[in-house]
Amino acid sequence: MGSKVLRAFITLAFVVMFNFFLFRMLPGDPIGLYARGRNQDPEQLVELRRALNKPLLEQFITYLRNPFDSTIDSTRFSRPVWEMIGERVWPTLLLLGTAILLASLIGIWIGIRAGWKPGGRFDRMSTGTTLILYSMPEFWLGMMLLIVFSVGAFGIPGMFPVGGISSPGVDTSGPMGWLNVLWHLVLPCTTLVLIYLADYALVMRASLIDERKQEYLTLARAKGLRDTMVRKRHAVPNALLPTVTLIFLSLGFVVTGAITVETVFSWPGLGLLTYEALRGPDIPLLQAIFLMFSIAVIVANLIAELLYVVFDPRVRS
Amino acid sequence: MTLLQFRDLSVDYTSNDGMVPAVRGVTLGVEAGETLGIAGESGCGKTTLASTVLRLLPDTAQVRGEVLLDDVDILTMKWGRLRAVRWSQAAIVFQGALHALNPVQRIGDQIAEPIRLHQSVAEKQINSRVDELLTQVGLPASRAKSYPHQLSGGQRQRVMIAMALACKPALIIADEPTTALDVMVQAQVLDLLTGLVRDLGTGPAGGMGMILISHDLGVLGTTCDRIAVMYAGQVIESGPALEIFDNPKHPYTRALAAAFPRIGDPAARYAPTGLPGDPPFPGDLPTGCAFHPRCPIAVPACKLSAPALVEVAPSRMAACFEVES
Repeated sequence: MGSKVLRAFITLAFVVMFNFFLFRMLPGDPIGLYARGRNQDPEQLVELRRALNKPLLEQFITYLRNPFDSTIDSTRFSRPVWEMIGERVWPTLLLLGTAILLASLIGIWIGIRAGWKPGGRFDRMSTGTTLILYSMPEFWLGMMLLIVFSVGAFGIPGMFPVGGISSPGVDTSGPMGWLNVLWHLVLPCTTLVLIYLADYALVMRASLIDERKQEYLTLARAKGLRDTMVRKRHAVPNALLPTVTLIFLSLGFVVTGAITVETVFSWPGLGLLTYEALRGPDIPLLQAIFLMFSIAVIVANLIAELLYVVFDPRVRS
Repeated sequence: MTLLQFRDLSVDYTSNDGMVPAVRGVTLGVEAGETLGIAGESGCGKTTLASTVLRLLPDTAQVRGEVLLDDVDILTMKWGRLRAVRWSQAAIVFQGALHALNPVQRIGDQIAEPIRLHQSVAEKQINSRVDELLTQVGLPASRAKSYPHQLSGGQRQRVMIAMALACKPALIIADEPTTALDVMVQAQVLDLLTGLVRDLGTGPAGGMGMILISHDLGVLGTTCDRIAVMYAGQVIESGPALEIFDNPKHPYTRALAAAFPRIGDPAARYAPTGLPGDPPFPGDLPTGCAFHPRCPIAVPACKLSAPALVEVAPSRMAACFEVES
């Protein structure tokens, strides 16, 4: 267990260092971006350039001293980057948390039903559907849902807002405000749920099909258990092990997937912030966001590994 | 009283190459309190035959004939009735306990599962029953909290035996219960199993019956009352265990007996004789007697028609033209 935490820290240290050089290699002129639309006299710009032209090693050491420096400003928004990230984290957590929860519950349910009777009617229908969903780009599905359910098409009236997290002027602190947020949440959340449930359903199906061949299920049947009890008590708990781990491993990639969906629906989360930062490119902001995402992936991996230890007695000893 | 009766039982598996016969017209009985040994090479249909008793065969298997347990045909039973019969009247000791036990459940829970299912016992008594069963098979009661991977192969097989005894069934089917174990542990586990079946099974309906499946004729000869030898899905010889072991009639049984050198017999030890050739593929059986291509005493008639299983001596049956004449 300790070695797993240690490994996570080593990965983190590597990411922190790599993160620095990655953004030094990006094309684009930070000074030009900073000066855009601002009244700066040339001397100030020269001064800035000198400050930013310090030797790479010196910059690196300054960065390493505090990678999470709260005084670093975004070049585009002139606000501390970590303050901006702090604001944008909550909408993303709301969107992704709801989507992953629903996707894993529905996906696992579909996977169990399909995997217990592979080749059956439900299996053929669900596997076909999930494979189609699995191969769709998130942003494309998002746009289609947007066209149909928010603009209105094929005689379906536009029922949902085109974007944002709440209607202008709505106070989101009261119950009516929450309902308004929920109304805005429907389409982006549905997009993510549809894409991710396919992944979880296919994994759960495959691992249940693997378990079905195991001899301990024959023993469970020989004991006189009903088919549903054999499934619930013996097959599913074993098949869930790889699936739960995979769900946590996928969390890291889900964060990046949110970039396109948040952009399509103008959802004011980290994904949209990434898109805005990329358009600059706003290097201090990008650097902080990448650090943030990397930490999310490392933590998700660590949780997955630790959960496996909790669930599987064979790994424990 | 006849506890279990196979009547003209046949099992075919549907495969891509058509129907593959695994068991061909087997008629056999097990009396209450009796241990019947079934011997034969891998693929001869022993396990398929045993699996019909609890109807555990996959959907690809087609079963014909009758399997009477206490005079009721298992094969035509309704599912609900069958579930009630499973484990409470006949239980199985599986071959590889490592794969037969659920890897993520404590063994105490796995032993308690059939008790909870088939008997209305208070939760507190279930725990003491599990402890009692574990003690009977020579494991400390504290082992109930262990997971299968924490036990040795022999201990796991003891757990399987405790589990099979949990509901005091009338019949125990032990399918190569010691094959996966090393020789010393094999003997211990086998002694334990036969001893427990002998001691525990003294109910009003008579003793506990057992079917012991093995490819080792020596093991069967010393632990069983009767032996049936199978070849290519058929019983080719049956009779009292020691008689079969000491004086096999069918050429296949003779080869099987010679394949395992007897302890204390230097002649057999220095010249263990194997049987040339492989058992036939069930989907492509030879004409006539299925054994004739490997048989040292085959005559031309063996290619043309299969000999029937007939009485060749008091209580001895064999299916061979040469033994009959």
